[in-house]
Order: sequence, then structure tokens, then C-alpha cells
Amino acid sequence: MNSTVSVTAPHVALVPRPTQHTAQTAHVPPAAAPHTTALLRAEGLVKNYQRGRHLIRVLQGVDLEVADGEFLAIVGQSGSGKSTLLHLLGTLDAPDQGCIYFQGHRIDQLPPAGRDILRNKYFGMVFQFYHLLPELTTRENILVPLMIRDGLLRYWWGRRQYVKRADQLLALVGLEHRAAHRPRELSGGEMQRAAIARALVAEPSLLLADEPTGNLDRHTGQAILDLLRTLNRQQRLTIVMVTHDPSIAAQADRVVRLNEGRIEAA
Amino acid sequence: MYVWLLAWRYLRTRYIALASIISVTLGVATLVIVNSVMSGFSHEMQKRLNGILSDIVVEGPDLISGFPDAERYMEEIRRIVGPELQGMTAVVHVPAMLTFDVQGQYFTRQVNLIGIDEQTYASVSDFSQYLLHPENRRRVSFQLRPDGYAPDRPGFPLSGWKYRSMRAALEKMRSRSEPPPEGPSLDVPRDPTARYYGASQQQFDPAREQHTGLVLGIAIASRRVRNSDGTVVDHFFVRPGDDVQITLPTAGNPPKAETASFTVVDFYESKMSEYDYSFAFVPLRALQDLRGMVDPQSGRRFVTAIQLKLRPGADLDHVRDKLRSRFPPNEYPYFHVATWRDLQGPLLAAVHMETTILNILLFLIIAVAGFGILAVFFMIVVEKTRDIGILKALGAPRRGVATIFVGYGLALGCVGAGVGVVLGLEFVWHINQIADWMEWLTGREVFDPTVYYFQEIPVIVEPLTVLAVAVCAVGIAVLASILPALRAARLHPVEALRYE
Repeated sequence: MNSTVSVTAPHVALVPRPTQHTAQTAHVPPAAAPHTTALLRAEGLVKNYQRGRHLIRVLQGVDLEVADGEFLAIVGQSGSGKSTLLHLLGTLDAPDQGCIYFQGHRIDQLPPAGRDILRNKYFGMVFQFYHLLPELTTRENILVPLMIRDGLLRYWWGRRQYVKRADQLLALVGLEHRAAHRPRELSGGEMQRAAIARALVAEPSLLLADEPTGNLDRHTGQAILDLLRTLNRQQRLTIVMVTHDPSIAAQADRVVRLNEGRIEAA
Repeated sequence: MYVWLLAWRYLRTRYIALASIISVTLGVATLVIVNSVMSGFSHEMQKRLNGILSDIVVEGPDLISGFPDAERYMEEIRRIVGPELQGMTAVVHVPAMLTFDVQGQYFTRQVNLIGIDEQTYASVSDFSQYLLHPENRRRVSFQLRPDGYAPDRPGFPLSGWKYRSMRAALEKMRSRSEPPPEGPSLDVPRDPTARYYGASQQQFDPAREQHTGLVLGIAIASRRVRNSDGTVVDHFFVRPGDDVQITLPTAGNPPKAETASFTVVDFYESKMSEYDYSFAFVPLRALQDLRGMVDPQSGRRFVTAIQLKLRPGADLDHVRDKLRSRFPPNEYPYFHVATWRDLQGPLLAAVHMETTILNILLFLIIAVAGFGILAVFFMIVVEKTRDIGILKALGAPRRGVATIFVGYGLALGCVGAGVGVVLGLEFVWHINQIADWMEWLTGREVFDPTVYYFQEIPVIVEPLTVLAVAVCAVGIAVLASILPALRAARLHPVEALRYE
């Protein structure tokens, strides 16, 4: 998987910023594995939501480091802010306070176009409810990130190569016989595998998985987890997985617990 | 790529969008049909107007006295207009009264009496095409034909010399109080009052002689009625071979009333009621003589107008303006130069306004369809909220997400407009069969022949109009999709992903 950042958007620049510590981030962040470098780093993340007159404090100063090639699990109860943290890390949302660095570049203040490029080229995302596009076949769903990345002519020019890549990923996740099927014709496990293949098609540096087994039975969930571990081990794909199930989380390299908006000390 | 792929898939899978396509389709088809039929009717009307009036008319100051030296002016006009001139003729146009006798009762009609040069009049107008006798269509003549009038008109009464001589014989027999022979019943005037032009009453033998010929507008002395069994018939009070009296003002000052007899030699049917109900044509020289439009000393003849026909493609307004420059009002106060469009301006403007208003009203159908598309699209955006969220999560920019829905609107508009154009054109090309079918189905005539002279519905398909209708329909569909597209683009990805 890619471990270097090659910024292609002409108006986007990932500018390293000095670490900013606030009063809410006084504790020491959990350390990364000593022999690896931090691919992703979050410092003092705060996120609140306003619901009418009520302010809901979700994250109250989260510090986190993810090493390159690491399989990290973030575990916590429902409502602890796991998904919110993952959304911030994936630039789907912006923190109210704090910073996020990816390969040493600050990404939380990128303009929308820069965040779009980041998610398309460097991040892969897997969700609890798969979120495949129902009008497209499995193969087409897998190719969507490449369609987004390339313009019409460029995609058309390289479509044979892209289809070949999609078929390779279909074989990797064991769905080569389902390439032309629509999502409604797939089982839950098959849909999640298709979503993983989609997340991998652009050769991302980082895979963010939000409760990837949450909607599956135990056996199927384990199969998904085995696939993720294989990707991590064999292809050195950095994975950050959010789960509420400690037994699922235990199969990762490292587990951090989120409690009341903060990372619990180890 | 994903934009057009998703837009195409939405088009094929979202059946509710078919409802908005149907409204676009029907709106486009209706506009194509209406514009084609209006164009057809308008073209027929303009063709007839132009055919009757010629291209440009140079009129004198008044209809009573006219102006002299028509040849000199015509020579000058020929020099100014140059190779664009195709034909030219001089006419005398004067209001008159026409009197005819039907079974002893006299009827009077107001007519526009036009003296024409039968050699040159056909070169400036479609006059000869509107005559009923085939020979007169080939070469205009004010001589009564033996018979053969209106061969393509079943039920047309016996006319011409055959009829005239039979009638004269019957009249003679009646005057001798001899019992009438067996045969068809003919109308016989009991008390002819007019003197005969050019001959004394004693010498004139109607069985062998005719008065100066007159071509009569067909509707002046006829009625189109529906019989008790529903068939439409024309009832002619006067036919070719009958004599009529014309009373008109002379050209003197003050003008006096002059009456003369003429023999109807043919009918004129342009299918324009304004002209068929009022025009009557006589030889130019005969009318000039009758009205005293000849200078007794110099022999110069007076006319009231000169009519011009230009070559196809000539710019009528440009030629008119050239003539107006040559004959400016301050030097030639008695000249009025106008194109046929200038003369029929109010009528053409009324037709144009009617077409414009129809188009506006019918376009509202498509506009309403646009609101339908707007509502459907807002619904689809809500339905697709999660999909929009995942697209944004995968890195799709706002512009791309918006383009999906604008592209969807474009596809809907193209399909709807395309099907509408095809449907409209098919309807137009088979419109007469459809009219026949509707008549069969409803038992009622679509076009009442007592009112309309058309045998078939005239249609003209103008490609540019069809293209404009289709493009505007597509434009409305695209416009209607913009607001929903912007809404989709502005959705927050996290909220969209969590949407249920």
C-alpha cells in the first residue's frame, strides 16, 4: 500500500503544523509501536453537537497515534464517540478543536476539495451498513472510487485496466462469481466484502472501518475480520477499526478504549 | 464517469420519473402539432393573399380618378427594380354594385370591381389558378366558354354557351306564350331593367351574343348549405352564361353612377372569403371606357394601381423602399407604395399574435411538467440521501454530486422531448387520417365544409421550430433539476450516511 503522500490537487497543500496542546488534552496520548512511524496522529480532538438548546459533548480531547502498518481497534460503548472519532479521522467531519495529521501533514483544515482527494486516493472506508450503490453491479461499485478520481475520458481510456483491477479484488475477497450482481442479490457478508474491495481499489494508505462486523452474524463477522487481518499482515495495510465488541477488537494489534469522549489510559 | 453512469441508471430504474417524462412528452408533442397546423394554415392564407395581391402595389390617390401614363411609370419601375422584377400589370380598382335577377327578384351585392389586362395579370398573381374553367386556368379569357366548367366539382350546374342558349330559347318561348318544352327548369328573368353595354336591346341576341365578360367571386351569388340529409351543397343564383348589371361611379368630377350589363364568364374561387365574397373582374379597357378613364384629347388611359411580382427570394421591403425613394410623397403625393404584407398587416398580425399566444399557453404545459420534475427530484434526493453520503465519503466533490442530478434531468428532458417530437411528427403526418377516424368515431365533422374550404388539414413542419421546442423542453427539465441537485451537493456526508 502507498506510504508516501503525493498531493495532486493543484490548490491543496498539506502543510505540517506544530502540535497544539489545549487544557483538554493534558494527558499523554497512547504511544505507537516503537519500531514504526506514525501514519495518522490526532491531538486534542474535541467535537460537540448542538441539538436545539442542548450541547452534546461527544469527544473531549482525544489524542491518538496510528503507526504505519498497524491494525488498531477503537472500542467503546454505544454513544462513546467511536464513529464520531472515525469520521473526524476520515475528514468526513471537522473537529471543533484539535488537529489531525496524516503522514505529518495537517488535514483537518483542508478545504473541501482537498478532503475529497484525500478520501478518494489515500483513505479507504468501510461502514457498518455496507452502503453499496443499489443501481450499480458489484464490479461497478468497486470501481466507483476510480470513476470519481478520473475524468470521463481518462477513465474510459483506462477502463480495461481498471476492470482487471476490480476483478483481482473480487477474487481477493472471494466474490468473482458475483461481479455482475446487484447489491440486493448479495448476502450481508458478501456486501461487506464488496465494500472492502471498493475501499481497496484506489490502493489507499489507510483503511477506516466503522463497525465492519456490526451487522453480520458471528461466523460471517469473523470471516470479515480474517480478511482484514490478512490485508494488514500481507499488504501492510494500516487499519483503524471501530467496534463495540471487545472480542472483535482483541484480534487487532492494539486496542484503545474510548470512554466519555476520551481515550482511556492503558 | 460515475455521474453519467448513475444518471443513466436512475433514468432506467426510477419509474416515478416516467410520470414527469410523460408530461414533457405530451407538451412537446402538442406544441409540434399546433405549430405545424398553424404554420400550414398561415402559409395557405399567406399564399392566397400573396397570390391575390401580388408582391408590391403602387396605388394612385383615389379610386375614382386614378392616374395617367401607366406605361411611363411602369417603364420607370422596371428600371428601378431591375432583374428582380418578374411581372407587372396595371389595374383599375373601383367599388361597385352588382345586381342579378333570380326568378324575377333582384338582388344587389356590393363588389370590388377590378379591371385587369388578361395578358399580364396572370404574371403578377395566381388569379388564373382560382378560375373554375380549365381553359381559363391555362389562358385567361373574358369570352364565355361552351361548357366544361368545374369538371372536378360534381353537381355543378350546366353553364356556358350551352346553358345560355337554352335559357335564351326558353325566354323567347315564354315571351311568345308558347308552352315550355320538356327539359330542365331554368331561371328566367321577367323584368330585365338594365340597358346593354355596347349594343342596342333590339340587336342583341343573347343566344348568340354575350356582353362584356365578367369573372365573379364565387361566394357573391351562391350559398353553401347543408341539406336535410346532411350533405353539403352549393346553390348558385348566378352561373357562367347569366347576365348581371354593374353600377359604378364614373371617373368624372363629380362622379356619376353608370350602369352596364356584363355576362358572367367564370367564377373565381380563392378560398379566402374576403375576396370570394367581393371580387369581380372585367377587362381593363372596357372598365376604363365605361368609367371615362380615357383622356378624349390625348387618348391617355388612367389606372388606379400598378401591381408588381418579384422573383423568388427578392427582398420585398427593400424594393418597396427603393420605389418610395424614387416616388417620394412630397413629389408624388398621389402614390402609395406598399407590399402585400403592409396591406394585410392587421390580418397577418392577428394570426401571428394568435400563434404566439397559443405557443405561450401550450408552453405552460411543459413548464408545469418542469415543476413535476422538480418535485420528483426533491423526492429522489431524499431517497438517495445515503447514497449521496457514500459518494461523498468516497471523495466525490459537490460539483460531481450535483451533476448527477442535473445529468438525470438532462436525460429525462432529452428522452421526453425526443419521444414528444416523434409522437408529434407522427400525428402531424397522419393528421388527416386521424381526423377521418375522429369523424367516424364521433359522427361529427372535424372541419365543417360549409365554413372551411380546406379539403385537407394543411400542415407544415418547420425543423427550426421543432428543434426550438425540443431544446426549450430539455432546458426546462435541466432547470427544474438544479435546485434538487444543489440540495444534494450541500448534504453533510455524516448526516447523509446516518439518514434513515
